[in-house]
Amino acid sequence: MAEISMREAYGRALAELGAVNPQVVALDVDTSLSTLSNFFAQRFPERFFNIGIAEPCMVDVAAGLALGGYMPFINGFASLLALRALEQIRTCVCYARTNVKIAASYAGLSDFKDGATHYAITDLANLRALPGMTVIIPADAAEAAAWVPLVAEYDGPVYLRISRAGAIPVHLPDSPLQIGKGRTLRSGNDLTLVATGAMVGRCALAAEELSTQGIHARLLEIHTLKPLDSDLLLQAAAETGALVSAEEHSIIGGLGSAVAEVLSEGCPVPFVRVGIRDHFCPTSRNLDQLMDACGLSVADIVEAAKQVLERKSPSKKS
Amino acid sequence: MKIMTSEKITELEEIARQLRIDSLKLIYHRGAGHPGGALSAAEIIAALYFHILNIDPQNPDWDQRDRFILSKGHASAVLYSALARRGFFPFSELDHWGGLDCPHQGHPDRLKTPGVEMTSGILGHGVALGAGLSLAARMKKQTYQTYVLLGDGECQAGIVWEGAVTAAKYRLANLTAIVDNNNVQLDGFVHDVMPLEPLAGKWSACGWHVIEVNGHSVRQVVEALELARELHDQPTVILAHTTKGKGVSFMENQSYWHGNVPNNEQLSLALTELGEVANG
Repeated sequence: MAEISMREAYGRALAELGAVNPQVVALDVDTSLSTLSNFFAQRFPERFFNIGIAEPCMVDVAAGLALGGYMPFINGFASLLALRALEQIRTCVCYARTNVKIAASYAGLSDFKDGATHYAITDLANLRALPGMTVIIPADAAEAAAWVPLVAEYDGPVYLRISRAGAIPVHLPDSPLQIGKGRTLRSGNDLTLVATGAMVGRCALAAEELSTQGIHARLLEIHTLKPLDSDLLLQAAAETGALVSAEEHSIIGGLGSAVAEVLSEGCPVPFVRVGIRDHFCPTSRNLDQLMDACGLSVADIVEAAKQVLERKSPSKKS
Repeated sequence: MKIMTSEKITELEEIARQLRIDSLKLIYHRGAGHPGGALSAAEIIAALYFHILNIDPQNPDWDQRDRFILSKGHASAVLYSALARRGFFPFSELDHWGGLDCPHQGHPDRLKTPGVEMTSGILGHGVALGAGLSLAARMKKQTYQTYVLLGDGECQAGIVWEGAVTAAKYRLANLTAIVDNNNVQLDGFVHDVMPLEPLAGKWSACGWHVIEVNGHSVRQVVEALELARELHDQPTVILAHTTKGKGVSFMENQSYWHGNVPNNEQLSLALTELGEVANG
């Protein structure tokens, strides 16, 4: 596991951004000690606004600040931003096209001690459906930090999904990040693993495991769920003939659905989704155990790879 | 503070009358819209757009302009009438209001209509949006004022109060909310659907300075708006007591006219009551 969490890397990067860009303001909803927007708050108290436990209001205040010439980063729990504040995000950020950056922390299952109310396993489905929204999911702490200035450079609404936890480091410092451009982290032509967020690291382990069995999996990191890098996916489908998606999210509406949309229209090949299979997830004492228990284990990815390979080239059975 | 002569009052009253006529015609021709809440807000809109707001129709994005947010976006007909009469765009652009070839949407869209500060339509957003704009003005040391017009029924939305306490926390004296307090909403009287009284007490308890006026008295509305600019330590709300459907006898206080469209006969009757000379 990484030495620092994704939220800490994000929080420190936001404070750094504040130092170089005076237009950046930050808002939080009584969670600044959790999202770690407090690094920004401590350095720039005059540019930090604690709105209290009121995510919808924070979105609207941020939209107003954007109308007034600032670049707000709003901070809160993904479970609340993507659901309780979704109408505000739709109307006042996406439709009105205000330059609000949504840093959605504690995403996925990363708040493992707090249970299903606090998990965000539908946020990608919710946000991906909104016209005008850009959805970015860093794979590890270093990548979370690297996205912050890039998100600021982009003129328009962004949903940046941040884990409470760390993740297996996969970030490639010399492979530049670009919104809408997926990255090939491992080459291979037997099948393709398509992953986002913390599942990128788990897929890297799965690819390693598969290689010991003589199966060469390509690994694509889709950090930008929207706009989706369809070209990269279609190329992988054409060249490897089988895909597995993996995400710390419901199998409904997130990466798996997005990939299925592209493949079914452009290059239908055998495809299996690894994700949370449409159920609420329990409380845990340990994130890795929780993810394993929710169908997100390395073994689940390996199993999915074998399923999809079987469908690609059915073994001869009597 | 601008001088309010009796001539100015008469002029604003006449503008309000024209805005009512414009609004009903627009709604009739479109076959859709919200007459009741457009008519109740006519004096408020007239006072803002033709006396109070520091705006430049030739330069709608001027950064020193006063900001106005129509939080009750369904009253778009009266806003569009005022914007067109102030010269933000030709009135003829509204000939096909509602059609696919008309940029001006059913509810205000800031990206499509010059002079529309913020997109609205879903009720409840204005106060929190206004708080953000007012914070921005303070940080940038700009002197513009932000005005938000919302409905009394709209005050049933919890986010209004989230915005209200936020504005009070930051002592946003450069923010003024105006409640078009017509006591009628889509389903009936506000006091039946979900009572809000004492509404003044609620705003006051949230940390706002409250001024109550007759919302159909141009003088009272203007004086309250002028006074709000002179208050420097808290946001102000003007509870403008109004009549839904004001000026058209059969529409007054009738929830039916929240969102229904007059037929030809009803339009003629309404225009006659508003003093419009029939043009055949």
